[in-house]
Amino acid sequence: MTGPSPSSPSSPSPAGTAREIARSVRSGERSAVDVLDGYVAAIEARETEIHAFNELTLDQARTVAADIDRRVAVGEDPGPLAGVPIALKDNLCTRGVVTTCSSKILEGWIPPYDATVVQRLVAAGSVAVGKTNLDEFAMGSSTENSAFGPTRNPHDTSRVPGGSSGGSAAAVAAGFAPVSLGSDTGGSIRQPAALCGVVGVKPTYGLVSRYGLIAFASSLDQIGPFATTVADAAVVLEAIAGHDPADATSIPQDAPSIVEHLDDGIAGLRVGVITELMGEGIHPDVAARVREAAEALAAAGAVVEEVSVPAVAYGLSAYYLIAPAEASSNLARFDGVRYGLRVDAATTNEMMVATRTAGFGAEVKRRIMLGTYALSAGYYDAFYGQAQKVRTLIARDFATAYERFDVLLSPTSPTTAFELGAIHDPLTMYLNDICTIPTNLAGDPAMSVPFGTGSDGLPIGVQVLAPTLGEVPMFRAAAVLEAAAPTEEVDR
Amino acid sequence: MSVRITRDDVAHVATLARLSLADDELDTFTAQLAAVLEHAEDVAALDLADVPPTSHPVPLVNVLRPDVPGPTLSPEDALAAAPQAEDGRFRVPTILGEAP
Repeated sequence: MTGPSPSSPSSPSPAGTAREIARSVRSGERSAVDVLDGYVAAIEARETEIHAFNELTLDQARTVAADIDRRVAVGEDPGPLAGVPIALKDNLCTRGVVTTCSSKILEGWIPPYDATVVQRLVAAGSVAVGKTNLDEFAMGSSTENSAFGPTRNPHDTSRVPGGSSGGSAAAVAAGFAPVSLGSDTGGSIRQPAALCGVVGVKPTYGLVSRYGLIAFASSLDQIGPFATTVADAAVVLEAIAGHDPADATSIPQDAPSIVEHLDDGIAGLRVGVITELMGEGIHPDVAARVREAAEALAAAGAVVEEVSVPAVAYGLSAYYLIAPAEASSNLARFDGVRYGLRVDAATTNEMMVATRTAGFGAEVKRRIMLGTYALSAGYYDAFYGQAQKVRTLIARDFATAYERFDVLLSPTSPTTAFELGAIHDPLTMYLNDICTIPTNLAGDPAMSVPFGTGSDGLPIGVQVLAPTLGEVPMFRAAAVLEAAAPTEEVDR
Repeated sequence: MSVRITRDDVAHVATLARLSLADDELDTFTAQLAAVLEHAEDVAALDLADVPPTSHPVPLVNVLRPDVPGPTLSPEDALAAAPQAEDGRFRVPTILGEAP
């Protein structure tokens, strides 16, 4: 299939939203097994075409769903996500289930433990259906860097789903699961959410435990949900957030209560539209939708103004020094000794070189070398040190903006979904993240909400940004945008 | 400052990162890394002498836990995914006698 689909690729499946599923399973109205069967049918119908998953775990899912039904039958409450199918990005460790990061160097690796978010999802009653495709080690903006082949956008299979969490975004957009998890280092949840027409949330750094997330850039990585509705994203975030002693970067406080505030409205909420992210490099269709979104917020009672956040102009440069530097260190562990691929050679050093050369793809090698260079003697101060100082400027400029505003607004992605193979040049690909990167550098939360389409009929996402631990006002604004989103031409 | 990454720089960096690059890969990576670093010149050129660096977004320091034994991976689980293991240890090829 090519061209925008006339079908309904991102509409909530017949089973309903995650909240509706959990309510009906907990009350005994519907069985978790029946719910799962509906999603299995959707997967069987289109997964070959979309390639959202690296690995499906439908047999285990059926066992889990049957157990949930048994518990409901004896009067137990399986939890707030009872019977809700969920897809997991394949850089989250799952005990006994292959976890690859879409890399040949981890092909076939079976983790001996579950990530904290996976443990919490199980405790909340959800049903994991599989591991989703990504750009290798989450490095990319199109999911074309997967060693196992690209994922396709369910709205138009000639186009990319975005990345790096393209499989998780496509799985929700295609109705393979009502919700999924991704990870976001420079936009890897929000950008694919925008391109696939779903909701995607990058929480405050430290709000969600990263224990069991295979690290890319440790000072930037954060796990978050994809969903078809703002409320579903809130339910999943509440289930996975909160302190975890196993992650030293975890903020020592409980998960926030978001869902109960979703209907609070936004009367008097101060909203700033970021000037620097509305001009050069942003497609006019996208900028127009962001302006409409700002008007919708104003109509709902918010006070909307433009605000300058000057240092965001340096975000891309700083990010592509800091993230590769951290990656070059984190990916040193893949050396053929403890897990994953080993290419035999006479000495250990030769074995490590041969293993890493055969196991990593081009983009991963590029970033490892960029990071090694930025950290090397003679260049450290000029590049890595300087980038860390720019990070301070960006955090300061956001803090100044948040003295006057409760949330900020911008595009999520500069364009709608582009064609597979259309972008060859790495730097051009990196420009896809220009609106999302600054948030990661500041450690703040941000989320993408679908808001109409471009003239090409493809989804556009609007980004709502908030200060550290500002998830509640962020979700309140997102809920208003969701209700106000233009629907007459949306491909859903 | 203006820094132009050279083919030799890329070869050196690849050695440090334990990667082996073919000649044509060296050419491609040199051009691509140069383009990214050229873009980063805007950052390298800023006067930030008075700005402190940020290495981490959350001001958490010295996160400790009580010194109490808890469950850990068993040696069998830890070795289960090793390409080669022997006598409860990871097995690797020759180390002694290698050039550093």
